Amino acid sequence: MVLNLTIDNKEISASKDATVLEAARENGIYIPTLCDNPKLKPYGGCRLCLVEIKGLPRPVGACTTPIQEGMVVQTSTERIHKLRRTVVELLLSDHPNDCMVCVKAGDCLLQELAYLYDLQNNRFYGEKRQYTQKDGNPFLERDMEKCILCRQCVRVCEEIAGVSAIEIAYRGFKAKVCPSFEDDLNCEFCGQCVSVCPTGALSGKAWSRKGRTAKTNEVTTTCPFCGCGCSLKLRVSENEVVRVSSDPDTINEGWLCVKGRFAYEFINSPDRLDAPLIRKNGKLEKASWDETLDYIYDKMDSIKQEHGPDAIGGLLSARCTNEENYLFQKFMRAVVGTNNVDHCARL
Amino acid sequence: MAGLAAVFGTGAMTNSLPEIEDNDVIFIIGSNTKENHPIVALRMLKAVKKGAKIIIADPRKVPLVRHSALWIQQKPGTDVALLNSMMHVIVKEGMADEKFIKERTEGYDEFLKGLDEYTPEYGEKITGVPKEKIIEAARMYGKSDKVGTFYTMGITQHSHGTENVYSLANLVMLTGNIGKRSTGLNPLRGQNNVQGSSDMGGSPVNLPGYQSVTDEKVREKFEIEWGTNLPSKPGITAIDMMHEAEVGKLKALYIMGENPALSDPDIEHTKKALKNLDLLIVQDIFLTETAELAHVVLPAVTFAEKNGTFTNTDRRVQRVRKAVEPPGEAKEDSWIIMELSKKFGYDMNYENIHKVFLEIGKLWPAFAGIDYSRIRKHGIQWPCPTKDHKGTPYLFKDGFLRGKGKFTAVKYRPSEEQPDQEYPFILTTGRELFQYHTGTMTRRVKAINEISSGPYIEVNPDDAKNLSIEAGNNVCVTSRRGSITLKAKVSDRPDKGVVFIPFHFKEAAANVLTNPKALDPVCKIPELKVCAVTIKKA
Repeated sequence: MVLNLTIDNKEISASKDATVLEAARENGIYIPTLCDNPKLKPYGGCRLCLVEIKGLPRPVGACTTPIQEGMVVQTSTERIHKLRRTVVELLLSDHPNDCMVCVKAGDCLLQELAYLYDLQNNRFYGEKRQYTQKDGNPFLERDMEKCILCRQCVRVCEEIAGVSAIEIAYRGFKAKVCPSFEDDLNCEFCGQCVSVCPTGALSGKAWSRKGRTAKTNEVTTTCPFCGCGCSLKLRVSENEVVRVSSDPDTINEGWLCVKGRFAYEFINSPDRLDAPLIRKNGKLEKASWDETLDYIYDKMDSIKQEHGPDAIGGLLSARCTNEENYLFQKFMRAVVGTNNVDHCARL
Repeated sequence: MAGLAAVFGTGAMTNSLPEIEDNDVIFIIGSNTKENHPIVALRMLKAVKKGAKIIIADPRKVPLVRHSALWIQQKPGTDVALLNSMMHVIVKEGMADEKFIKERTEGYDEFLKGLDEYTPEYGEKITGVPKEKIIEAARMYGKSDKVGTFYTMGITQHSHGTENVYSLANLVMLTGNIGKRSTGLNPLRGQNNVQGSSDMGGSPVNLPGYQSVTDEKVREKFEIEWGTNLPSKPGITAIDMMHEAEVGKLKALYIMGENPALSDPDIEHTKKALKNLDLLIVQDIFLTETAELAHVVLPAVTFAEKNGTFTNTDRRVQRVRKAVEPPGEAKEDSWIIMELSKKFGYDMNYENIHKVFLEIGKLWPAFAGIDYSRIRKHGIQWPCPTKDHKGTPYLFKDGFLRGKGKFTAVKYRPSEEQPDQEYPFILTTGRELFQYHTGTMTRRVKAINEISSGPYIEVNPDDAKNLSIEAGNNVCVTSRRGSITLKAKVSDRPDKGVVFIPFHFKEAAANVLTNPKALDPVCKIPELKVCAVTIKKA
């Protein structure tokens, strides 16, 4: 069923289950948010999506208000603008504001809002939260001074990952996101929390000082680990993959696991083979491609002449591409002349 | 896969990953989904949020058990008995889908006779699962409309792996749970392109597209395209290659991106076989345990350094794109193969990798409609026979490839190696969340190694107590093949009498212990999930 309503003097219709925020978005009307995520249940925590609705005495959160037939909504009155500006100002009053050296600079929602609302000065001075304790885990950097308590990380961990490794502890000014009993994180390190964090509070430890978003190129590809086939966005800087993310509208819905998101260091490992090797006097020694290919041809061909093609076998790879595997079996069958081709599907 | 192919005519996931969220019941057997297919598990959790119930049958209390409605802890290797007794209940209580059986299957009557003896009581005796749980699982499964069945190596890596798959196929046909959206039989593939490497003819009996090497017409088609004669005699499997290398019948082996010296059963045996070769060529990105034994090592590139496609577990062809330059003289696998081919006087001339892909489509109708420009964000699922075909989310809508689905009467057969006085524990092997396969890639990631630093054996708390083993103690684990020493993890994941070792770690490689002699007779898969061991405090 569809309901009709008016947002910013525009007559629109939306599904009866939609919230004001969803109806506005579907119709191209921008309402700023910090805690909303279309894949998570509405939370109503950041108070940034406040809108005025005719007949209601006070502004309400668009993300938690269901639409009604005939509703009249204003999303950007002067009053609303002031309220939103104050919300961001309050968040910044207790924020390190160290964008210059923050990993998130350039794709930080808070930074963007501070810019949009022209918050050069802050009317609110006072105590700032100080969390000196950093987490001992090897994957996730948790810079909790930058947390705005949008609870997206907590929600994604519970609603999507089914892990519930973190919650908000304490109340008011002392409120903070932490694992039970403020221990070190004990989780699956999928980094879903990092992917939804709107500020620099959560990031990957490996990302540090490695080229922020603006300095990187992105390449969309497919994960090399298990068979899920998650779509990856590799961020590349100076011929190095410096971080990995995924778009929400992919087969994996933007979610990744610890390997897909964090296990890419092997690409630049110093252990990588960088030249062909031939065993000489019992030792593997570097050789040129030409020498190596000649060596293989001589040996393989003489084995083929002496013992027939079926004395040769080939194992192709569940890690390699379709094209490579196709060429490999073509080589074994058409060039060597044997069907001794297999791979490790059984192992 | 051979099992699935025999029943339905093709071996692949019948459904798509997105369909999971609309399942009523998700039956997972022999798959630690949350650790080994984490993102598939997220779809399952999404289904639970929408009201689905998860049934897990697994000898270990795997992480997804936390979100399941029912967990069945069968003894390793007793899956056929479990499934047969579930089916016994389904038939007895009138939950069989008679219409589906009549219209779309054959062999039902004979299969039915075979079920008689598998009462829940008999099932309980073999599997160790209380009969009430067997009945409950059967009812949940039998009464639901849209059941998705998922399995991995916990089903296949047995000396009766093919029979396990037959049993699952029987179960889905008996209840009509196949050939519709969100209902089907789904082997989750464990490696990024294991589906693709099977599709591409990584098989001693099949050319690309599961087209038999013994079929003259098929060969002729490939011979014309490739411009050369092709061998008609089926080849030998990877496991048989090792056996033939050991006895000196196989002289040369060319291995691209595999590490059998760690992944194959009975490592000592495998290494001996590899060392016996006159020519071992290993093409890889690192000097793996296998490469260390080679005569020639060829430096290849990672996924981030090349272009091409992978086919994931739900037959989805997706793009791989080059992001960085490889180190030194490392070359794309395709370059290496083409250059080598030239030395043999056979020119493989492709302007670019896309041309290779298009050639596959000429030879395999399921790929015929795909080209790189059609592979968008969500990939494209084969079969995709024409340019205007959208791809196929689920299989067998209009019938099975072999015509009618074939019921197979399957009798429970114990695993080959049973625990005895000398080797009283059942060892089962697998992966954990943080490492991947033989660890060639993941063990070179510092953060991963910090969290998953080395080998361990999971021991049930009661067994640990009896053996006076405490968490963190070094224990010596011995089978008839060999012996390894590693740390004990006292855990309620395995049942009493069962232990688990992840196979990622070369310093205490689980496959030193496993049994290479116990092979499934049809598809030659080794029994990596069951062997007998003894444990002593080291």
